[in-house]
Amino acid sequence: MSKIFRKSTPLIYLSPTILLLTILSLIPIVMVFIYSFMDNVVMNQNPKFVGMTNYVKIVTNSVFLQAFSNTMYFTVMSVVFHLILGLTFALLLNARALPPFLKAIFRTIYILPWVFTAAVIAILWRLMLNPNGVINYLLITFEIIERPVEWLSSRQLALHAVTFINIWAGYPFYMVSLLAGLQGISEELYEAGTIDGANQRQLFWYITLPQLKPIIISLAMLDFIWTMHQFTLIWMTTGGGPIRATEMLSTLTYKLAFSSYQFSHASATAFLILALSAFVAIFYVRQQKAADE
Amino acid sequence: MAILFNKGNKKMKHRTFALPLMLILLIAILSSCTTIAPQAAPSAPGAKGSVTLEFMQWWEPELPAGAFRALMDEFEAQNPGIKVQLISGPYSTTREQVVAGAAAGTMSDVVGLDGAWVNDFVKQGALANLSELMAQTGYDDSALAAQIQLNGSTYMIPVVNFVYPLFVNLDLMDAAGIVNVPTTRSEFAAAAAALTEPLSNRYGWVLPLSLEQPNGIQNDVMSWVWASGGSMMTEDKPDLTNPAVRSAAEYIKGLYDAGVIAPGAFSMREQDKVEEFVNGRVGMMISSMAHINMIRERNPDLKFTIAAVPVEDGYTGKRGLAYASWGIGVAANSPHQAEAWKLIEFLMSEEANSKLSSIANAFPGNINSTPDFVQTDELFGAAFEVFQAASLVNEFVGLPVAEELMRLFAEQFQLYLDGSQTLDDALNKAQEAWMAHF
Repeated sequence: MSKIFRKSTPLIYLSPTILLLTILSLIPIVMVFIYSFMDNVVMNQNPKFVGMTNYVKIVTNSVFLQAFSNTMYFTVMSVVFHLILGLTFALLLNARALPPFLKAIFRTIYILPWVFTAAVIAILWRLMLNPNGVINYLLITFEIIERPVEWLSSRQLALHAVTFINIWAGYPFYMVSLLAGLQGISEELYEAGTIDGANQRQLFWYITLPQLKPIIISLAMLDFIWTMHQFTLIWMTTGGGPIRATEMLSTLTYKLAFSSYQFSHASATAFLILALSAFVAIFYVRQQKAADE
Repeated sequence: MAILFNKGNKKMKHRTFALPLMLILLIAILSSCTTIAPQAAPSAPGAKGSVTLEFMQWWEPELPAGAFRALMDEFEAQNPGIKVQLISGPYSTTREQVVAGAAAGTMSDVVGLDGAWVNDFVKQGALANLSELMAQTGYDDSALAAQIQLNGSTYMIPVVNFVYPLFVNLDLMDAAGIVNVPTTRSEFAAAAAALTEPLSNRYGWVLPLSLEQPNGIQNDVMSWVWASGGSMMTEDKPDLTNPAVRSAAEYIKGLYDAGVIAPGAFSMREQDKVEEFVNGRVGMMISSMAHINMIRERNPDLKFTIAAVPVEDGYTGKRGLAYASWGIGVAANSPHQAEAWKLIEFLMSEEANSKLSSIANAFPGNINSTPDFVQTDELFGAAFEVFQAASLVNEFVGLPVAEELMRLFAEQFQLYLDGSQTLDDALNKAQEAWMAHF
């Protein structure tokens, strides 16, 4: 009896967490997975199993393919520019040339976009990018453009505009994490490099970047997953338009569920997003394991 | 050894406390999970045999604080034994919750409905047949202004109605030298051209075509069709290629090409449209009468008036006027449908409906009710005249996936407006896309 009790002790300790995870994560995921194989569940009172039909319909749909392509562009560009901007600002804030009080001021300014919620960011940029907004006003005042540009209403510009907004909103996370990483790099490495005759570019390339590599990989993978799920920002700025120009997998899923009431198609799309995220997550876990070892 | 023993003893002590703690936590979680079910159930008999009706709607937040609750208190006073629990939220959240509630069987007893949702909820088997409830209680429906029916049965009753007339900025009209408010399409086009001054950032008309909120298709595009007695349907099937729709689409394209529509139309939402008008950047807009107070609050100096949506030149028939409703329905799985019907009966009564339409600045769903503002407010009085002279039309009411239909049309219409496709292509593709849902 005591042996069974001893063996089950860890499970009892974990049981509240397991239970919560089961209720809040596992059951919904399994339900969505099952829904994706059914004949329009929720709206249909007696749904039938239809195998892979929903997945075939979804992946052969041109709207899905466009949403996938837009999502990839939005995600990859966001991750790349988050990294470039985050690293640049982190290096600036880590520079010895700046006095501490000035660093504190810049740190506050640079981190501001991260403080806002996606809804606030969307409203803010909708106002600024409005044809009557401050961006067009400035561009016209400085004679860079002649007429107001419809940043979020133009099929050619809307995707770049929402990507830019997301880059602006997300770089501080990189900046803060990379700054912490930079402050953890031993000064001795730079001293040794300097003695060996390395210039600033070589120090950055051969010491800073390799030292930051584990953080950069982790950040990039997490950011890839988060950005791929971005919904609020897109929904509140363009709603996926104009004419699907900014349609993302997340907005498509929402529209399928709550506008077309195609819950099975929405479940299939949601599960494809989950599969894509899981694919990246596996790499993340493997990278973490390798780093631990 | 002694130290190790003591440590082990401490561990044992920790385990002795920790294990029961874990078990208590587990029981607490389990019990909290089980208590969710009764709370989520549609309604439950309260103490002393009274019934508590859940009423989910988006109306309460849009009314003056406490006004809707006061109306419910009045109902409770008239119906001892029935309590009303209001579950209020924004419009879009209400829709999502009703969809989820219908699927999970936890829908509120009484629900606020938009006509655009009805078809889908009826298909889902979520709404009770109100015709049967009326028959059971012997209700005389002759005072109801409208009933939303499917297959000959009523599933939604419009409680109050918001019409969509033409708003005209009188200061801009004066400045442009226009004396009369346009009543025909050619007059409107001429007025819009005269009002437009791109360098001063002023435009004649505003057209929201956002795909996030595609109701611009209903309120700002199809209202041109309906105004001149046209239709986008033949019986119960879409007919988007008919001359009335073609003519309205071509007309709007003409306005777009003439540059009289405010920029940013393709991502503009209803609230942006009102904002443009409030700030005096557009001379005319088609909008809900419900926006009158908001416009006054935001810009008390703005001089504006209300008129009917212009019609095709030479049209002499009765004008159609787009409208939206705060509708009401009963959950099919409600165990208290009789009590739920009493609440609807109360809201549709002459007195309560007058009160509700007065506080909502809307037109009543009971033909005998008269809201206060009609006599006291000049603008609302003008709107009431437009309302009375026109026949109310909203062909999206009762259609399947109505919002998605608007979105599908908006996509093709945007492509037509920006010159990426012809009118024939736009209407044929929209027709094809719509037919897939019928």
